[in-house]
Amino acid sequence: MVIRLLFVLATLLSVGVAIYVVAWLLVPMEGEDGSIAIKALTDGRGLALAAGLGSLLVILLVIVSVLGAGWLGNLAWPLVIGVAGVALIWRNASADEQIMLRRLAEPLLGRPRPGKRTATVLRASAAAVLLAGGLAILLVGHDGAELLLPLGGLILVVAAIVVILGPWWLRIALDLVAERQARARAEERADMAARVHDSVLQTLALIQRNADQPAQVVKLARGQERELRSWLFGGSAPGGVRGQGTTLAAGVRLIQQEVEALHGVAVEAVTVGDCGLDDQLDALLAAAREATVNAAKWSGADVISLFAEVEPTEVSVFVRDRGCGFDPEAVPVDRKGLAESIRARMRRRGGSVTVRSVVGNGTEISLRIPRVAGPRQPSRA
Amino acid sequence: MTAPTPPDPRKAGRPAPAALPASAASPASSGADLRVFIVDDHGLFRAGVRAELGDQVVVVGEADDVGPAITGITACLPDVVLLDVHLPSGGGQIVVSSVKAAHPQVRFLALSASDAPEDVIAVIRAGARGYVTKTISTAELVDAVRRVAAGDTVFSPMLAGFVLDAFATMPSAGQDQPSFDPEFDQLTPREREVLRLIARGYTYKEIARELYISVKTVEHHVSSVLRKLQLSTRHQLTRWATERRLA
Repeated sequence: MVIRLLFVLATLLSVGVAIYVVAWLLVPMEGEDGSIAIKALTDGRGLALAAGLGSLLVILLVIVSVLGAGWLGNLAWPLVIGVAGVALIWRNASADEQIMLRRLAEPLLGRPRPGKRTATVLRASAAAVLLAGGLAILLVGHDGAELLLPLGGLILVVAAIVVILGPWWLRIALDLVAERQARARAEERADMAARVHDSVLQTLALIQRNADQPAQVVKLARGQERELRSWLFGGSAPGGVRGQGTTLAAGVRLIQQEVEALHGVAVEAVTVGDCGLDDQLDALLAAAREATVNAAKWSGADVISLFAEVEPTEVSVFVRDRGCGFDPEAVPVDRKGLAESIRARMRRRGGSVTVRSVVGNGTEISLRIPRVAGPRQPSRA
Repeated sequence: MTAPTPPDPRKAGRPAPAALPASAASPASSGADLRVFIVDDHGLFRAGVRAELGDQVVVVGEADDVGPAITGITACLPDVVLLDVHLPSGGGQIVVSSVKAAHPQVRFLALSASDAPEDVIAVIRAGARGYVTKTISTAELVDAVRRVAAGDTVFSPMLAGFVLDAFATMPSAGQDQPSFDPEFDQLTPREREVLRLIARGYTYKEIARELYISVKTVEHHVSSVLRKLQLSTRHQLTRWATERRLA
């Protein structure tokens, strides 16, 4: 039973690993010109090396066929192609990746880290025994002509491979899991930073600006306190609109009302279609809100156009003003509104952001996010 | 464009001696001699518009409800009627349809604060050439009046949104849609594009630049949308409006 489970696990792992390896070959690394696959194709010496290996293989195969050992030929093909491929990859991997590859290859190359030698030796000998047994059964099985024996041999061979490569696969899988967890944590942190920026920091800025109007300050502080409390103890996130409005159109109207009330700028909101909110659309609305608030605060325009459209496969929001405009390249790095609350937030959810701004001629921020399936509803006014 | 004709006493029900003579000159070109009639049930709003439009157009009359509006408009035959879509004794569309039949040269620009889409669509379907919200700035309102007088259309972002919404659900063939007419019952991709840009707050000029077409072509697309809106017998359009009203 345990062995069967191990097999299932091994199959799953190897499929996942294969996908991971293909992606790693094809996707260029940050700071590198091209992917490993592309570099390998343009690596003349590497290719020459591979061609040399290939011709050696052909010679080997000729000798083998003369000797009549066909099974060796069957084995040699994939082996040599595999070795040539690994060599090409090795030559073209970046420095970091070479270190990683070396570390991964340790158990295979027989250079275990200190303290693990006995374990490796044990594993290797177990694998050798299994392999020998499997091969023996396979070879004997030809005489018996029974189906069961070759099958048993095959299983033993597979077991040998699993014993040899298992820890290696396991390590790759664990690395993957660890990486995914780290990324999730970083995203969560960025999400929270964006929310704090949109709610608490914005309110503090408003309070500073209205410092001479105690009533207004108290109102702002009270509203913010309520929002923070409901976030900390009730779980409803600030800077979002979920919980207050149940649909996209309601969310857009809420943004309109909030911005008009807090910043005294008219917002012309138009929605086409409507649908319920999920995490995706919540992020979209939060980004749209930030874009609208930015326009109200910085553009100097007296009216902001806010347009949202629900389409079958995506939802888009456009925030446009005819204000002063800005140069997106010239925004100081410590201004987090556009970078964190809009761009990063949309990116985390698989959405996209386009900023079109001409100094002196207004700004338009387009937000798009793919839609998780759900019926399109006619919007309700 | 047809020159204004004298009021028809038979249709109007009574003669209109008080009416100012309809200006024979082309009313659209200068704007200063544009004759505007205001229909709105809020006296304060009428006074406000009158003051705002001031010397840029000639306000020839005003009315606060359907009946007086029809009488007044027929009497003085203005170039443009600024019409509130919501009136005490009914929707503005009654005014439009009553006057349109006898005086097709009178043009209507719908105006509302409520933004109830079914009312807006009804007024447009009755024959108004455009729709603006009451929050519009004076300069834009004057511009809108001029464009309507010249026979153009005036689509506010809000109206563009309503129309996109109304035409959004594409009826598929054979789907409870016996009278589906592709010419009137659906928008072309280009028309959608233009409407989307209007909804995003673009002016006709900005749309022309964005789509690399002339302002005239933009105007052509919008007019054709308006025509479809008025001529479509689409089941969906009616149902959409009904749904809205029930909501």
